Amino acid sequence: MFGYCLDRFRALILSVFLIAAFALPAFAGPFEDAVAKFANDEFSDTEEAIGAIAVSGNPLAFPIISALQDGRLSADPDSKKVFITQADDKIIDAATGAAVDKLPDNAAAVRLNNRLRRTVEAALGGLTLLSPDPAKRVAAAQSVFKSHEEAALPVIEGALAKETDKAAKQAFAEARAAIILFKSDASDNDKLEAVAVIKERGDQEALALLTSAASDQPPLVAKAIAGGISSIQSNLAMWSMVQNAWYGLSLGSVLLLAAIGLAITFGVMGVINMAHGEMVMLGAYTTFVVQEVIRTRYPAMFDYSLLIAVPLAFLVAGAIGVLIERSIIRFLYGRPLETLLATWGLSLVLQQAVRTAFGPTNREVGNPSWMSGAFELGQITITYNRLWILCFTLAVFAILLAMLRYTALGLEMRAVTQNRRMAASMGIATSRVDALTFGLGSGIAGIAGVALSQIDNVSPNLGQSYIIDSFMVVVFGGVGNLWGTLVGAFTLGIANKFLEPVAGAVLGKIAILVLIILFIQKRPRGLFALKGRAVEA
Amino acid sequence: MTPHMLTRSLDRSATTFILVVAALGVLIPLSNLLLPQGSALQVPTYLVALWGKYVCYAILALAIDLIWGYCGILSLGHGAFFALGGYAMGMYLMRQIGSRGVYGNPILPDFMVFLNWDKLPWYWYGFDMFPFAVLMVLVVPGLLAFCFGWLAFRSRVTGVYLSIITQAMTYALLLAFFRNDFGFGGNNGLTDFKDILGFNVQADGTRAALFLLSCLALIVAFLICRAIVTSKLGKVLIAIRDAESRTRFLGYRVESYKLFVFTLSACMAGVAGALYVPQVGIINPSEFAPGNSIEAVIWVAVGGRGTLIGAALGAVVVNYAKTFFTSGPLAPYWLFMLGALFILVTLLLPKGLVGTFNAWWQPWKAQPVSPIAGSAAREDGVSEPNPAE
Repeated sequence: MFGYCLDRFRALILSVFLIAAFALPAFAGPFEDAVAKFANDEFSDTEEAIGAIAVSGNPLAFPIISALQDGRLSADPDSKKVFITQADDKIIDAATGAAVDKLPDNAAAVRLNNRLRRTVEAALGGLTLLSPDPAKRVAAAQSVFKSHEEAALPVIEGALAKETDKAAKQAFAEARAAIILFKSDASDNDKLEAVAVIKERGDQEALALLTSAASDQPPLVAKAIAGGISSIQSNLAMWSMVQNAWYGLSLGSVLLLAAIGLAITFGVMGVINMAHGEMVMLGAYTTFVVQEVIRTRYPAMFDYSLLIAVPLAFLVAGAIGVLIERSIIRFLYGRPLETLLATWGLSLVLQQAVRTAFGPTNREVGNPSWMSGAFELGQITITYNRLWILCFTLAVFAILLAMLRYTALGLEMRAVTQNRRMAASMGIATSRVDALTFGLGSGIAGIAGVALSQIDNVSPNLGQSYIIDSFMVVVFGGVGNLWGTLVGAFTLGIANKFLEPVAGAVLGKIAILVLIILFIQKRPRGLFALKGRAVEA
Repeated sequence: MTPHMLTRSLDRSATTFILVVAALGVLIPLSNLLLPQGSALQVPTYLVALWGKYVCYAILALAIDLIWGYCGILSLGHGAFFALGGYAMGMYLMRQIGSRGVYGNPILPDFMVFLNWDKLPWYWYGFDMFPFAVLMVLVVPGLLAFCFGWLAFRSRVTGVYLSIITQAMTYALLLAFFRNDFGFGGNNGLTDFKDILGFNVQADGTRAALFLLSCLALIVAFLICRAIVTSKLGKVLIAIRDAESRTRFLGYRVESYKLFVFTLSACMAGVAGALYVPQVGIINPSEFAPGNSIEAVIWVAVGGRGTLIGAALGAVVVNYAKTFFTSGPLAPYWLFMLGALFILVTLLLPKGLVGTFNAWWQPWKAQPVSPIAGSAAREDGVSEPNPAE
């Protein structure tokens, strides 16, 4: 009973003190003295002030030190007053928390040097280590891990003991290990344990920490550190392989999306459509128009803009494709080289038309919320837009495959691909199949444009940058089989990304082009070539 | 070339063509140099350079027509051979600058000094000598075409596949020449030339001489092409164009024939590029752009595929139109016109201007074709390409 009263009494006294601290600005306590030291513009004074404020327990301590870190803390050397510019541009007096109208004229931002920045980080870490938010605790533990300030050890150990959150517990353990590793009087066993914990972490920062801790260690520990470094390095090398593979898959999915429509028109009709890239561009501009309409009329629906744009782009590009086939290409069947020239001319016209309508500059196409951001997988970062594009590409591929396999149009298309004249004799209206095929190929290019608008600049030249790559995919994969296009796209994508770190982006690309030219010598009709009589027809 | 081949290859239209080119080659420079400035008949220097450029394009068009019109090889990468010839000449002109460059280095071109290179890369050696540079103008494009063609034709890469990989070739070269560490001036290319064989490249006299040389080169190229297409070799080439497999089954080594014309054509394109560079005063990687090569193909299509005169004429007509429209208020519409040209010519004028004219003129003449002058019948020899192309 008595203890309870005593607690209440203590709380009362504390609250009186706190109220006093807020209500009586004139009352100069140790906290206010410490704050005033910022105004001296001496690094040593600033350091003392940070230390004093960090242990003061004052609710203003965190705002002050984080303001110091961001350069939002300014001091007036004459009146020795210190001010915080808050994120909303309001200014408060750092010592009292009272609002201030404007900064005094001679107030200047409190300066920091690198050593002080570390102190600030450590102080912030100490202040937030006990934050109620687990994410903040993890962040604080991370900053201690980096700074490995010995002073933070007691706080860390205390926090570790009562931590319940799994991620935060892990972070605290790593931070503790980092401190112990740099502590000169820690026992060998403790240090070995610490090395093991850090090795387990296995990322770039762990590697940097171990490397900087390697000197001045007892032999046993030094050996463990060396082992840890090499294990982390091989681990990181593996992750960088995974990263390259992921980038390759991502590039491959973009290539596949751009090339798949081309493969259909080339495979079924033997038509080289040089205006294919412009269909991609039209799809991207459709997305832009959809987003513009949504932005001005129904801003709440922005997240659905792509879902609306996909069918619309398919229809726009598909309709233009059918129009092109009916008005130009059908007169050129059996003359593939002329078709190539005519469609090249068409691509010039379409580009210039879009340039006239939308202007030559890049247009802004936004990412919906579900496509922006990224997440961590092991040591690599995966952005949502790339992931969605990969999924989307595979979905388009699967739908197309199913369409070719299970629908009447698909059956007719396959028949025409394999033997046009025989198909015609069996009663298939080949010219109708041609028009629909061309429309389908162009429509898929339009869909590709929706996806590419999320990762590339939407400009009249968008299509041109993909056309040669998509041709390479089709030539490499072979025509008449969509699987060839799939394998071709992912092979080229991954090969490109694995060559890039070795040879550089441009040389890597040149190497790929040369390899394809050489590959064509061996397999003139691609990886998955049609066999049989159809080949020479 | 024996006199017999020459006389056989010259019918009336070919003679007229040669005479017209020769007359232009002499009269334009003379009018530029001899007549007083401002006289109504005086051709201004900028026009001499402009028409010199057209003549170089005409040589390139002849080169493309030789392989496309007569052998069915549609190269979408001939701009690469043109640009390589241009770079070889540009390297000679760069070395001639000597210590007159911005940095005054007697050996290294300015861009190398700028990039802190301490010595000349090995592939720049010898380019201070004109004969070596001229040799390289022929050898570099020829060698590339030979290697490329040897690989491609031997494994029977034909039709659109060949077109696509030639496009990939010029695209790869475009990327390579854009790089600074490749040693050819990167993005900016080679420019700021001072003199050629001791004559100032900017001087009126030099420009007139270059124009005359370009016309001479055009005539020589035309004669070579005529000699080839009217010979037995030319007949085999046309056979390959129309039915490649059948020609092979008849026992001809199709790939050797193709390789020969392809390499020759690349050398001609290289010469065109070499004459082009001193007249325009710059060579940069944009000459490798795939679009340029395709544009050159359309010159041939406009003039008449399979008619040598048509190819040369097409190059001049299309480029004159380009200059005319892009310099006026119609500039934004030029790409529409160029695009429409591609579409309309392939749809409505598959034989081109000269081919259509010949087809229209032949029945009027209604004369039996003499066995020796059979070349006239071949002039409109664009048969319907077969589906196996």
